[in-house]
Amino acid sequence: MARSTSKDAQDLFRALWSAYSATPTNLKIIDLYVMYAVFTALIQVVYMAMVGSFPFNSFLSGVLSCVGTAVLAVCLRIQVNKENKEFKDLAPERAFADFVLCNLVLHLVIMNFLVG
Amino acid sequence: MAFVRAPSPFLLVLVLALSISAAITATTTVPQPISDHHRSAALNLFAPSHGSFPSLQDAYEALRVFEILGIEEKHRVSTDTCKVVLENLSSLSSSLKDLFYALKVNGILKCKVNGEVFEGIASRLNASISDASPLPDLYYSIGGLVLIKDQDSNVDVLLADATGTFQSIKAQSQSDGKWRYSSDKTESSAYAAGLAFEALAGVISLASSEIDQSKVNTVKHDILKLFGSIEKNDDGSFYFDGETVGGHEHQDSLSTTSSVVRGVTAFAAAVSGEINLPGDKTLGLAKFLLGIGVPGDAKDFFNQVESLAFLESKRQVPIQVNLLFKFVLQQYFFSFCFLFFSANVTLDLSWCRVTIPLILSLPETVYSLTTKGQLKVRVSTALGSAAPPLVVKLVRAFSSGAKDSSIIESKELQYDKRSGLHVLDGFTNNVDVGTYVFVFEIVLHDSHSKQVYATGGQIHMPIYVTGIIAVSNAEIGVLGDLGSVQTKKALDLAGNDVVSFSANHLQKLRFSFQLATPHGHVFKPHQAILKFRHEIKVEHVFVIGNVGKKFEITLDFLGLVEKLFYLSGKYDIELTVGDAAMENSFIRLLGHVKLDLPEAPEKAAQPPAPPVDPYSRYGPKTEITHLFRTPEKRPPQNLSITFLGLILLPFLGFLIGLLRLGVNLKNFPSSTVPAAFALLFQLSIAAVLLLYVLFWLKLDLFTTLKTLGFLGAFLMFSGHRILSYLASTSTKLKSA
Repeated sequence: MARSTSKDAQDLFRALWSAYSATPTNLKIIDLYVMYAVFTALIQVVYMAMVGSFPFNSFLSGVLSCVGTAVLAVCLRIQVNKENKEFKDLAPERAFADFVLCNLVLHLVIMNFLVG
Repeated sequence: MAFVRAPSPFLLVLVLALSISAAITATTTVPQPISDHHRSAALNLFAPSHGSFPSLQDAYEALRVFEILGIEEKHRVSTDTCKVVLENLSSLSSSLKDLFYALKVNGILKCKVNGEVFEGIASRLNASISDASPLPDLYYSIGGLVLIKDQDSNVDVLLADATGTFQSIKAQSQSDGKWRYSSDKTESSAYAAGLAFEALAGVISLASSEIDQSKVNTVKHDILKLFGSIEKNDDGSFYFDGETVGGHEHQDSLSTTSSVVRGVTAFAAAVSGEINLPGDKTLGLAKFLLGIGVPGDAKDFFNQVESLAFLESKRQVPIQVNLLFKFVLQQYFFSFCFLFFSANVTLDLSWCRVTIPLILSLPETVYSLTTKGQLKVRVSTALGSAAPPLVVKLVRAFSSGAKDSSIIESKELQYDKRSGLHVLDGFTNNVDVGTYVFVFEIVLHDSHSKQVYATGGQIHMPIYVTGIIAVSNAEIGVLGDLGSVQTKKALDLAGNDVVSFSANHLQKLRFSFQLATPHGHVFKPHQAILKFRHEIKVEHVFVIGNVGKKFEITLDFLGLVEKLFYLSGKYDIELTVGDAAMENSFIRLLGHVKLDLPEAPEKAAQPPAPPVDPYSRYGPKTEITHLFRTPEKRPPQNLSITFLGLILLPFLGFLIGLLRLGVNLKNFPSSTVPAAFALLFQLSIAAVLLLYVLFWLKLDLFTTLKTLGFLGAFLMFSGHRILSYLASTSTKLKSA
């Protein structure tokens, strides 16, 4: 039974991987970006867990900037995805412009919070 | 008309009564007569501001003081003051008081006033005298008329109804000798009495026909009654108490007393016959006036000096030849004034209207046995003028501690013409160091002077005699148990040598010395103190007692251990001997003693803290290091650097992943303009991110926002261009 379970897990994983390979490249780039942001956030949480939350501002700034940019990237992915019927009329460039703008605003706020 | 009576043997009895009354035992000290201090104070107090005085009354007071004290100041102010005087006298709207003081000033300055002006004023003043006028108005009017009479004899100033006026003034007198200000007032005052006496004196001198003598006598009775209410101080000075009468300003004791003196002396000068004021009262009044010293107030100064001048006044009055012999015999008890005639026509009316007080004063009260001076005594009148020929006798002198035994008895002082003082040589041979009381008596040479002057009987004066006290036979030593002498050293207290001892708590310290006066008697100084001072500046004081000439102190350390706070160590010993009569008082360091005391038990008192240098609080204070908040514990540097590296790993992974995915820049526009815009777009994003970094490091929000505004606009513009270009290219591609 155990062997079948692990074989099932491996099969599942392989199926997921092959399905994922079919996604367009730009979406993969966005996914990579999201993974990058999330990992950065995780490492910051681990650091805080180790040394304590003394400058709490800086911890929040760091984590929320990662999380925020991840969220924005997810929104971008939704809007750019051609299979998404809701955003059929929205040009991907426009979505990208929104993404850039929102990131800039997010980072301004984060910087202010970090400094103040 | 004056009475003429033949002299009678009664006169001798009177002379006896006179001498008895003059020898009143006044056991008091007499203050100093008027001196140059007064003159210089007068110059300061009465200096007119800018050459003129604030009012005519002030001008009169200043000029009168200068006149009495003999100060030649008046020519400087005379022109301006005369102008004011003339204005006042000619003006029809001047008040009675202004006219009165203007006339007084004119009497001193002698400004040139027209006879017509005087006549006009005289008629005005005459008209204002009526039965219903209040006392001050009557005083000013009558006083003004008397002054006009003195200044211009041509003007007719005699009163129409002198008796009536006299009666109306007299009607306000009260039974205790005081006077009311007017008939509708109930309160009476001695000040008003003084005004009344002066006014009555004026009426008598202005009367065309003589006033009835009985009326004059009742006024004399009133004066005696008023003097019955005089107040007395312990030192023998007499005065009239200050009083406040409703509707008039408060008069203090000096102004009340001087008003009464002014009134009584004026009345005594105007009447024939005498006022029998006993000599001790006039002497007491002079003592009160002199006891004020140098007043600081101009009005007080004027009152003091003028009253003293009135107490001294003698008047020369020319009378007609047919009144040559004029003995006035008194029906009253103590009369000691009678008239002399002199060869010339003017009769020297040097009868004492009131007796002139003679003041005995000492220029110095402290005498030194080392300089061996003379005892100096001055006798003068209250104003400082010369006394008549007299002899000063030293009745007795006794030490202030032993009142019963006299040291000197019955000596006569010699008069030194050059200095004007009465001196006694060689009295220092009999007296030793200390305080004494010398009893003096003034004996006038001729009997005439005895009626004119009041001497005040026996006068007690304190005298201080100082001298050099011989200090000798000083010995200091340490005694063991049972008084056995273990160490002993002699000290020369005049020198500077110090001694050193050591002692423990079982021993005693004994110090003794002898004091003797220049005449070899016992001397007990005010201070004979031994002081022990420890190294830490804790001090202990011991008083040295004496048996006869020998002063000795024994300090038993066993009993003193607690007092010394159990402090062992080196103590400085200091001796202080001092007294006011001792010319060589001294403080001397005798030496040091090393004391060995047992340990202090737990409950012993702690020695007092050494005195803090009072100037140390102006020095710098200790530094303060302030800790605002303990800083939080920061993680070790290495850990932080490690994590910094770890943070960068996801980024690297991102880049590697991008490469693996095969990202390329194929979509980058090739034609120039879109390429430029694409580049600008990337650059503006980079600029905004750089701005954020600067914001983090250095800038503030407002600058950042301003710059962001510019950059954002630029970014939007370029971004819009490139993205719209890209969008159009991709739609073209799609449609194609």
